[in-house]
Amino acid sequence: MLATILIVAAAVATAQPTGRPAGATPVSEQDVHDVAAQLRCVVCQTLSVADSPSEMAGQMRGIVRERLAAGDSPAQVRQYFVDRYGEWILLAPPRRGFTLLVWLAPLVAVVVGVGIVAIRISGWTRARRPTPPPVDAAMRERIRQELERET
Amino acid sequence: MTRGWRWLVPLAAVPVLGLLAYGFTLNPREAPSPLVGRPAAAFTLTSFDGAKLDLADLRGKVVVLNFWASWCYPACYEEAPALERGWKSYRDRGVVVVGVDIQDKDEAARKFINDFRLTFANAPDPGGKVSVDYGVYGVPETFFIDREGRIRAKHVGALSDQMFAEAIEPLLAAAGTTK
Repeated sequence: MLATILIVAAAVATAQPTGRPAGATPVSEQDVHDVAAQLRCVVCQTLSVADSPSEMAGQMRGIVRERLAAGDSPAQVRQYFVDRYGEWILLAPPRRGFTLLVWLAPLVAVVVGVGIVAIRISGWTRARRPTPPPVDAAMRERIRQELERET
Repeated sequence: MTRGWRWLVPLAAVPVLGLLAYGFTLNPREAPSPLVGRPAAAFTLTSFDGAKLDLADLRGKVVVLNFWASWCYPACYEEAPALERGWKSYRDRGVVVVGVDIQDKDEAARKFINDFRLTFANAPDPGGKVSVDYGVYGVPETFFIDREGRIRAKHVGALSDQMFAEAIEPLLAAAGTTK
């Protein structure tokens, strides 16, 4: 763990002085984190570059910091990685083309599910409302007597 | 739901199964590079023996750009002799092998170069700049760059003599003697 922290610290430290021209944009830890959190760590795949303790992710955070400091927007930095690694590098699949399916399928499933449930419930409630048996005077008298007996 | 609709229920599983089947045909380890066909990113590194290593100086030659690390066992250890053999047999035909050592310790990297008696240029990649520029996922990865400085192929994993030759020959055969 200590080694990990040292590696990350070293990567960040080495990345800072280079590529920071005069009048560079100040970059906060949060700015770097926000971009890094959208990128997939290339060696661990299930972690983001922000969360991975790997050396590669540390170096990538250094590059994110450097590019932000050089004045790139977060979108430009993201594009820089997409150009080199493809859309694979993005943790969230883009909301267009084939991967739009990933975003829409749950919505469609919820709408269809709610629809089916609504149809079924209305079907049950209609079916389970039995018409009460007709009550005539003799029946009403009997009910009254039985109620009195119980109390 | 009316009885006539009931047969539709298992049908709902079809798209899910279809997607799953499609997913199984993909190789999760395959890491496609958008860089094949594009111009190779410029870089200037300082090699382990202190020489300047600039990709621009190699324009006009077929470049085999290999990313490796001394901790990458066994794949990098398997391919190192093949790279050296490839370099030796093709250097007279205008092929240059360049090794970029990533995320490594200087001492271990130098030992690796000595152990395999590598004679082609090798340089460390401080800060991982070059590896990210080439979209490197891990080591070893090898890029084949043609005489015009365009990336023509990428190989992930250990390279064999045969793979080296198969990747290089078409680039040599291409009428690319522009300079």
